[in-house]
Amino acid sequence: MRRRGFLAGALAAPAVTGLLPGCAPQRRRRTGGKVRLRFQSLAWQKESVDAVRRLVGEWNAAHPDITVEYLQGSWDSVHDQLLTSFEAGEAPDIIHDAADDLADFAYGGCLADLGGLLPRRLKDDIPEQSWRTTTFGDGVFGVPFLQEPRVLIAHRPALEEARVRIPTARDPWSWAEFEDVARELTRGGRHGVAWPLKEPVSATLNLSLSTGGRLFHRGADGKVTIRFDAADQRVPRTIHDQVVRDRTASRTTLGMGGSDTLPGFFGGKYAMVPLGFSYRQQIVQQAPEGFEWTVLPSPAGPGGDQRQGVSPQTLSIAEDSPYREEAIRFLDFLLRPAPMVRLALGDWMLPTGERALRDPALRTRRYGWATGTALAGTLRPAPAQSVRGYPEWKDKVATPALQEYYSGAIGLDGLRDRLVGDGNLVLARYQR
Amino acid sequence: MTTASRPPRGLLVRRRAARTGQYLALLGYLVFLGFPLLWLVSTAFTSPRELAGLHPGWIPDHPTLDNFRQAFDEQPLLRAGANSLLAALAAAVIAVVIATPMAYVMARHHRSPLSRAATGWVVVSQAFPFVLVIIPLFLVLKNLRLIDSLGGLILVYVVWSLPFALWMLAGYVRAVPPELEEAAAVDGAGRLRALVSVTMPLLAPGIVATALFAFINAWNEFFFALVLLKSPEKQTMPVILTHFIGAEGVADLGPLAAASLLATLPSLVLFAVIQRRITSGTLAGAVKH
Repeated sequence: MRRRGFLAGALAAPAVTGLLPGCAPQRRRRTGGKVRLRFQSLAWQKESVDAVRRLVGEWNAAHPDITVEYLQGSWDSVHDQLLTSFEAGEAPDIIHDAADDLADFAYGGCLADLGGLLPRRLKDDIPEQSWRTTTFGDGVFGVPFLQEPRVLIAHRPALEEARVRIPTARDPWSWAEFEDVARELTRGGRHGVAWPLKEPVSATLNLSLSTGGRLFHRGADGKVTIRFDAADQRVPRTIHDQVVRDRTASRTTLGMGGSDTLPGFFGGKYAMVPLGFSYRQQIVQQAPEGFEWTVLPSPAGPGGDQRQGVSPQTLSIAEDSPYREEAIRFLDFLLRPAPMVRLALGDWMLPTGERALRDPALRTRRYGWATGTALAGTLRPAPAQSVRGYPEWKDKVATPALQEYYSGAIGLDGLRDRLVGDGNLVLARYQR
Repeated sequence: MTTASRPPRGLLVRRRAARTGQYLALLGYLVFLGFPLLWLVSTAFTSPRELAGLHPGWIPDHPTLDNFRQAFDEQPLLRAGANSLLAALAAAVIAVVIATPMAYVMARHHRSPLSRAATGWVVVSQAFPFVLVIIPLFLVLKNLRLIDSLGGLILVYVVWSLPFALWMLAGYVRAVPPELEEAAAVDGAGRLRALVSVTMPLLAPGIVATALFAFINAWNEFFFALVLLKSPEKQTMPVILTHFIGAEGVADLGPLAAASLLATLPSLVLFAVIQRRITSGTLAGAVKH
């Protein structure tokens, strides 16, 4: 979800990590009288900031003895900031982050295990597959509350003009059908699809779940190794072929982020763009008047398998917070169905709570909400987010290897050698 | 009657060609430096819809102040600007006040072991990346109860800019001939009088340049401010700017550009006001005696 900063990069090397103290601070002491909880939120768009602030205000009005202090953090720097704060025992009590950022903090003893603290209502409301995104070892280290599937945003007139079948969440395109449609849509200087792959690893791994891709395999001894089997190859091969062989996908967008592709999408250079569900907000804000667009489900694997990996936004409690019970009460308040809907609408994402997902505001066809909510049941923990050494493998091995493969600089064998050969060397260092 | 001798025609042509080349290189350099700033200005006045156009121009079709309105509406820019200004001004003033006498001693007694040790410390201190010092620094400041305090941040900025300020000022001091102080002494001036009346006026451009360096360092600094300040009402401008950036690097580009433009103004204004002094000061520091 967010970039790991330079401090995280510097500490990624095990040799440097060894120089630092562990992240298991003593619990701070309770002070008498009024409880003050520091809540660091990463909400950043006006609607979501307003929603969070209002909810904090409502809590403070109803609980004068437990005051929540709202702090605004930033997705861009949250990892470095938390790392430093944990080391010094100055972390906020309640921490907003993403599931794929929690592993180091959870294993390092910085986050409280919420397993025995969670109220039954909250535990039952969020499905098991979402809880698995924040489960590390035997503990649960965060409450997953917002998530987004990857969807296809398409130019509706282009689909109608090409007379292709419009997929639905019940009847999605297969990957082969998707390739055919991209060919149909490629005409007159327009590409059928534009893959924004500035961060190619998470997109590739998450979409590969639909074809049965796993890549990371945990053995009986608990050690993880990487394999690049046929099921892992389907999605990367599709992207590679679309860019290099069929030319149905734009080569120029390979290095772009999702937002960077929107001008070309609005300008008719691409008919479809695979994007996170929340990008709809930017499209609503930026699309030219009269621009017609639609939200389609991502292609499915064999047997209509639509599973895809996600890394939900999470709320955790610092291990050294002396106010865990109060913090859990606040989380329970914040993540009731109605507030969860408000948070989801503010961020243009899906709530993890099943009752919130049933809210009519999230079932409307407007802006593709209904398509997204129909996909909620297919979302699974992103592969490898709990694998130690994954960040280094991603940055040093997988990202350059996939970029080279997608641009045609290396073939599938070269990609396998890099992902598996180099990758297992990296993982081995973390599993000695 | 004598006539002024004119240089040969070939030499004139070569000089003109060289001058034209210099101007072209200067123009290229200005474009290189100015492009990001011009793009920032353009983006700050362009609506999100126009920004998402396939061919956004330099000059917006429908210039708007909405980005500024939104930036001020969503983030406490004035408060953050005031915090940054306070931290940067204080850091610059304190750094210069400490560095000036130290630099004088280092320059005038450069053979003494103390001076050599200080010079060594200056060089070594530049070798430490701040990612290595941030956690110990955090712990030290915590023990001093200076976390979440602008005072603590100013202290860090002073310490961080001091070595380079010292090194820079020592160069300026060396450029002031000691003979001038000796002449003042011959005329009856004491050490302090000679320093205040002779050396300091000559050092003024160097002091201004050093202060400006410390100011801009502190004004632009992000990571220490991010880590050391917790309370929203104490956050500085660079930290507030990141609040316009969301997950996966998605940014609210218009308001971010508007806020960034405002954040660059103090540095631009300062440079414009004291540009001449800096130029002369820098040159003075560069002369070897």
